[in-house]
Amino acid sequence: MGNVASEIWRLPAPVIAARVRAKELSALEVTGAFLERARAVNPEIKAFLEIFDDATDAAEAVDERIAAGDDPGPIAGVPVAIKDNMCIRGRLCGCASRILEGFRPPYTADAVERVVAAGGVPIGRTNMDEFAMGSSTENSAYFTTLNPWDTSTVPGGSSGGSAAAVASGAAPLAVGSDTGGSIRQPGALCGVVAYKPTYGMVSRYGLIAFGSSLDQIGPFSRDVAGAALLMDAMSAHDERDATSHRGEYPDYSAAVAAGDLAGKRLGVPGEYFIEGIDPEVETLVRAAIGRAEAAGAELVEISLPHTEYAVAVYYVIATAEASSNLARYDGVHYGHRAEKPDGLIPLYSRSRGEGFGAEVKRRVMLGTYALSSGYYDAYYLRALKVRNLMKQDLDSAFETIDYVVCPTSPTAAFKVGERADDPLSMYLSDIFTISANLAGVPAVSIPCGFTSAGLPVGVQVMGRHFDDAGVLAAAATLERTESFTDRWPEL
Amino acid sequence: MAITRKDVDYVAHLSRIDMTEDEAAALTAQLEKIVGYVDKLAELDVSRVEPLAFATEAGNVLRKDVPRDGITREDALGNAPAAGGGYFRVPPVIEGGTH
Repeated sequence: MGNVASEIWRLPAPVIAARVRAKELSALEVTGAFLERARAVNPEIKAFLEIFDDATDAAEAVDERIAAGDDPGPIAGVPVAIKDNMCIRGRLCGCASRILEGFRPPYTADAVERVVAAGGVPIGRTNMDEFAMGSSTENSAYFTTLNPWDTSTVPGGSSGGSAAAVASGAAPLAVGSDTGGSIRQPGALCGVVAYKPTYGMVSRYGLIAFGSSLDQIGPFSRDVAGAALLMDAMSAHDERDATSHRGEYPDYSAAVAAGDLAGKRLGVPGEYFIEGIDPEVETLVRAAIGRAEAAGAELVEISLPHTEYAVAVYYVIATAEASSNLARYDGVHYGHRAEKPDGLIPLYSRSRGEGFGAEVKRRVMLGTYALSSGYYDAYYLRALKVRNLMKQDLDSAFETIDYVVCPTSPTAAFKVGERADDPLSMYLSDIFTISANLAGVPAVSIPCGFTSAGLPVGVQVMGRHFDDAGVLAAAATLERTESFTDRWPEL
Repeated sequence: MAITRKDVDYVAHLSRIDMTEDEAAALTAQLEKIVGYVDKLAELDVSRVEPLAFATEAGNVLRKDVPRDGITREDALGNAPAAGGGYFRVPPVIEGGTH
């Protein structure tokens, strides 16, 4: 085989799964190699809130299935890092929040159940912005994850721990959640493939809710094929989520293998190349678009005229939904409870005041304000109407094009602390990712190059509702024109 | 829309979030700025636009109304900061009541 154990962590997920299924590598060897790598890099990167030392038990179970002649499935023996907002029965799960300190869920998220059923090995729970509210992981109640490419910069967020884990080789795959860009933006800032499926393609059962009409689980991987494998494992109908897709599910890996951009029409929205975008980001994204054209795609200038309202719409709708979803943290059912409260209302108010961090309080307050009597029509109802205008922009674009291609983030990774005191500038980090959540369409970010400072940049491909296979196939084709999979941060 | 300290105190009460003086003062300024930004939604004429709450068209989904096992009482109470006798414990709600 020629692979020394110390280099197993450099293998892409599809190679690991193939070798484990062919009995060339055991799941235990693979898991041992990644546990060692995770423990080595985590003191510097701080991607994990917890590394599962007992992941070797799950790996042995996979090896036993293989020894018994069973094929575990598409991610056999592949370690998978899990964002700290997905429940695993009996393990700690806290959304990186003090209010859920010590919480051990009594059930397991559908996505995690499917990861395990498909032979995946949960290897740890990753850091995040508290309750997925943020774009840098600086809102974690525990610590800030650092970008493996430059530890003076943030990894993006909210799924920054998952992105940094994959970028640093601590896990070949990771699961994140994306409400306004929380998979794609950290994926872009950490230089990995990061995919938000069509709303409904992965069950939200066991995902701790933030903005329920926007939340979507998806994969991180070093390559598009790995993201497709994890989708093959996780994406299926689940009756425990009323919004779970009831129709057909694609064979993601087959679509990626067969992908091709010849004759595809790629829309390039003028509104995504605006003042404020970093010139190096624009140059690298335009170069990637040029490679797509060289691969046979036809470029079409399009307009998504309501893009400038995306952040405003999002911060009304997401916070309104959050204010409702987070009402459950009351100091009674689970999590933090204030000591010696003077009655029931003080029990709620003090438990929440002590347990929530500043950004969560800000968003719950903003959402409550937008839903409150006298402001509902001006903010919440109006935001839902502008959401419809934004969806109509995309619907009409997709009448003439197959995919939208654009930057994932207006800048590469920014410095730790740079935007922490200015919530609005942090919110504007999500300007290019929010539309896909508001419209519910699939969108993927893949690496498209590095700035002169050595920081990765991502290009985003968005598609029609339920054209998940097409979006990943387009991304895989673009990846084949120039791949950054073999480039590693120095750690 | 100007956000006053009185608005912040009112919304904090609706949100059931206790805040320190410093937190409330900082939030007044931050919410003022954020709401000022969100006010750009008022530029658009949306009088003929339907609100869109969910982006996919699944509609309402019902399951068959048959009994089935849920999580056990033990599991449900397992994370409670205070429980006893098979129930969640809370401070007395009625004046003069006892535990």
